[in-house]
Amino acid sequence: MLSAPHLNYALLAPILIILGAALLGVLVEAFISKALRSRLQIGISLIAVIAAFIQLIRVRNLTSTSAAVGSVAIDGAGIYIQLIILALAFVGLLYIADTDNFTAQASAIPGSTEEASSIAAGSQQTEVFPLTLFAIAGMMLFPIATDLITLFVALEVLSLPLYLMSGLSRRRRLLSQEAALKYFLLGAFSSAFFLFGAAFLYGYSGSLSLNGIADGVHSSGANSVFLLIGIIFLSVGLLFKVGAVPFHSWTPDVYQGAPTPITGFMAACTKAAAFGAMLRIFYVGFNDVQWDWKPIISAIAVITMVFGAIAAIVQRDVKRTLAFSSITHAGFILIAVVALSKNGLAAALFYFISYGFATLGAFGIVTLVRDSSGEITDLNRWSGLGKRSPLVASAFSLFMLSFGGIPLTAGFIGKFSVFTASYESGNINLVVFGVLTSAVALFFYLKIVLMIFFGESRSDTLTVVIPSILTRVAISICVIVTILLGVYPSLIFNSLQTFATFLH
Amino acid sequence: MKANNYLVYLIALPLFSAALLLLLGRIADKWGHLLATLVSASTFAIGAYEFFAMRSRSGVDRAITQHVIQWISVGTLKVDGALLLDQLSICFVLLITGVGTLIHIYSISYMEHDENRRRFFAYLNLFIAAMLLLVLADSYLSLYVGWEGVGLASYLLIGFWNQRPAYATAAKKAFVANRVGDVGLSLAIIIAFTQFGTVSFAGVKAGAPHASSAALTAIGAMLLLAAAGKSAQFPLQSWLGDAMAGPTPVSALIHAATMVTAGVYLITRSNFIFDASSTARLLVVIVGAITLLFGAIIGTAKDDIKKALAASTMSQIGYMILATGLGPIGYAFAILHLLTHGFFKAGMFLGAGSVMHGMDDEVNMRRYGGLAKFMPITAITFGFGYLAILGIPPFAGFYSKDKIIETAFNAGGNKGWILGGAALLGAAITAFYMTRVVVLTFIGAKRWDSMAHPHESPLLMWLPMAILAIGSVTSGFLLSSGSALVHWLQPIVNAGNVEGGKELMKPLTVSLLALGVVVIGAGAAIIKYRTVASEAPSNISIFTKAARKDLYQDSFNEAVLMRPGQGLTDTLVKTDHNLIDGAVRGVGWTLNTISSAARSIQNGYVRSYALIMVLGTLALVATVWLVTL
Repeated sequence: MLSAPHLNYALLAPILIILGAALLGVLVEAFISKALRSRLQIGISLIAVIAAFIQLIRVRNLTSTSAAVGSVAIDGAGIYIQLIILALAFVGLLYIADTDNFTAQASAIPGSTEEASSIAAGSQQTEVFPLTLFAIAGMMLFPIATDLITLFVALEVLSLPLYLMSGLSRRRRLLSQEAALKYFLLGAFSSAFFLFGAAFLYGYSGSLSLNGIADGVHSSGANSVFLLIGIIFLSVGLLFKVGAVPFHSWTPDVYQGAPTPITGFMAACTKAAAFGAMLRIFYVGFNDVQWDWKPIISAIAVITMVFGAIAAIVQRDVKRTLAFSSITHAGFILIAVVALSKNGLAAALFYFISYGFATLGAFGIVTLVRDSSGEITDLNRWSGLGKRSPLVASAFSLFMLSFGGIPLTAGFIGKFSVFTASYESGNINLVVFGVLTSAVALFFYLKIVLMIFFGESRSDTLTVVIPSILTRVAISICVIVTILLGVYPSLIFNSLQTFATFLH
Repeated sequence: MKANNYLVYLIALPLFSAALLLLLGRIADKWGHLLATLVSASTFAIGAYEFFAMRSRSGVDRAITQHVIQWISVGTLKVDGALLLDQLSICFVLLITGVGTLIHIYSISYMEHDENRRRFFAYLNLFIAAMLLLVLADSYLSLYVGWEGVGLASYLLIGFWNQRPAYATAAKKAFVANRVGDVGLSLAIIIAFTQFGTVSFAGVKAGAPHASSAALTAIGAMLLLAAAGKSAQFPLQSWLGDAMAGPTPVSALIHAATMVTAGVYLITRSNFIFDASSTARLLVVIVGAITLLFGAIIGTAKDDIKKALAASTMSQIGYMILATGLGPIGYAFAILHLLTHGFFKAGMFLGAGSVMHGMDDEVNMRRYGGLAKFMPITAITFGFGYLAILGIPPFAGFYSKDKIIETAFNAGGNKGWILGGAALLGAAITAFYMTRVVVLTFIGAKRWDSMAHPHESPLLMWLPMAILAIGSVTSGFLLSSGSALVHWLQPIVNAGNVEGGKELMKPLTVSLLALGVVVIGAGAAIIKYRTVASEAPSNISIFTKAARKDLYQDSFNEAVLMRPGQGLTDTLVKTDHNLIDGAVRGVGWTLNTISSAARSIQNGYVRSYALIMVLGTLALVATVWLVTL
């Protein structure tokens, strides 16, 4: 006789709250009048994120591997990653709330009469909010999933909304739609790799769960070619999501094309979720075959760091620069993955925070610098921004300095802890590459700072719009976190080191 | 090392007072300056107490520490927020709190009519706290916090009158030049960590003998870059002249006596790095020698009294940096000159402030003349500083500067002749431009218009000047009699182990030579500036023109720091097809050669992106196959 599966609702509540709110958002979209919709959607989304956050805090000391019939593991690291994703998503939602960035009707052809009439009618659609919530739910599930099927479902749940959201930009519609299509095609391609890898791993171990695969490695009678191909294909899917070289090609195009609030959200949260999953898979599932995968992930880490830093130097578009910068940072986080230690895990999680908030802050500021046709992303036209708007320029510089890893910013502690963990694990070469790349990367971050403050002001049409109150709050949060964690990292780090562990 | 519980108050008191004054706002306007001055004086009292306590101890017991908080605990990287007071830091503590207190007192009167006086004093206290943290830090990372703190305070104080756009720009310039230096410091810290696994002074010192010379040179070069940024040394010197936009007491405290000497402190503190790397030492002496001449030459052409003094500061710090590159004994002489310079330069800056105070904030020396009659105390105290910087015995500079010139000559070989010659030439130019300042300001015919009513400054202003003037006379003798300072610093800098280099010149010869060139320089200035026009002449030689333009340092910065970056970007960017171009053109792009794929790897085509992914995956499979083979 079949018995109903036992679910531990308290532990699953955070994800369920977000999913519930997303469904509610769909209903709002269908039944509530246009005038109320936007505000209601913002309210629902923010409240859901806060509620999920509070619920996570309440259950933070609980651990369980059977919360959902063995397909998810609730443990310290998982809860921490979920908290980080929610905190970043909260800031991301504050930007998304500025619906001016999104097209009135996704189906309308840019410049067409349909578009003009839908704008005239004020039929601004707000489906971006439920889409964001669905993506957040997927992101929360991804790093706690412990079997390959759940992992795949989570990957798709987080990816599909992002494809759509990338195409929603109000200005430069063609670029945005092209980005969405590219992201979708390549994302589907990488998902296929992921699925193929899952199949190989099942073929190798006869099990879909990470623990089962680990056990299969122990018994080691099976064909290890299956295992290795499985690991590689699975990694390709994950490396695509985090934007590691050579699976990064979509990153600059999509970051540039997507509406900037979405880019910020995607850059910060997706990276945390995908790296969270990657950490669990490698730490729990593949720990015993580390000598097989460590060299390739190390090589990818080095290529990613170096390529990202060098390519960023030649960019003249601020969003593309930030995209390559995010590629470099993916390389740094990979160093923490390869460290394969408790400190490596803590360092990676800290890096999510420092990188995530600085990224959100930087993209938030990109939304403010505009001319009559929308955001100005040509870096040359940012020259002399410091004279027009010292506060905005200072904040942007702070984020650049944090990216560059200048002490007293969170970015420094992030880099330093990653290097420390790597040093302890004996990967001295990676530390050396990391330090050298940091120096190269610092060059272009600093160049931007110099240009903003010292460059001739070249663009008369450039204006820095007065941010909405939500955007202001969002950027302030990013500034505060970046400075606070730079000056007083123990605030988070100590608890990271005690809490962040994976259940096996 | 002994533990001690008072050190933290040195930093906490001024920090607390600064916070209080900023938070209370206008309520504190009436008494804010008094509180700030009192706090500054009490830090001096603590410093003096610690100094005498330290003197009564002997040997290794002299250095004391206080553990405050555990600041960072990341894996093996444990950085304790601990303070370290040893023979080197106590020198700075006394200088910072002593000169700092005098300048607080001076500012009470100087800033009397400024409606933001309370805020000014809050910033001054903030500066004192940050500077004390800088010199009391026991690790590079804590030092970095103080380093940033003094940068912040300096930025706030330079831009204190930021309603004037030129001043705000000057503040930004200082800000950016300092960030470049900060990059050097952070890289030095990171390299040190990768080498030694720790960033504390003690840990790095212990590890330095075992490190590779390449690493030590890299750390040394990066530390030098940091020092150049903070101490306005070549090639990051350009901000100091513009920083004179700040109120004059700030120029005296931060941009003459204390903060700008932080670079000298950093190098002296890191002596174990520089001792182990001759390349790094060579870089240091080159930077020092260039800057000391550079600053002196700029000083000869400045009509703005504060900018002339700023150029002089740059040049004098060049002497100190030069000394730090000359080996163990050089560190002690660098600190000696740093201390005497702290007295005489701060005194002269306050004198300049006093002149400006009496002349309705006029800074152009061509509009002064004959002021000695109207402000005798200012003229005498300034005169003492003048004699000290020239190195006339028995004034302070004689003891400190001649030692540096002598050590430079004794570096041996061609190096000795070049460095000694540069230092000697610098002394001659110094005599020229300082005499020019004195002649233009205090002697000769009056050139101010009839509206000005020059008058002596009030007691609160001339008293600090007088005290500093006494220091300008006595400090050199007191610190060097019986090599007092050299012995005092011996445990830190190992000055006892002087390399047995051939003595190129006897001290007496050096002193006579120095005196000779000083007399020539001063005489030339007296002859040239007996009469002077109140407008700057325009039919000037190319050298004067260059010096007036700060030897084209801004053009240099633009050419070296900004243009190559932009040029590189412009050329490279053409190879990067961007998304729209690629899509709109839509011409048949075929995947026939991998090389063209590599060239325009980011071409905007989904199919080529997918191909890259496939190739990447294949490469991974191949790698694993090779690794596990």
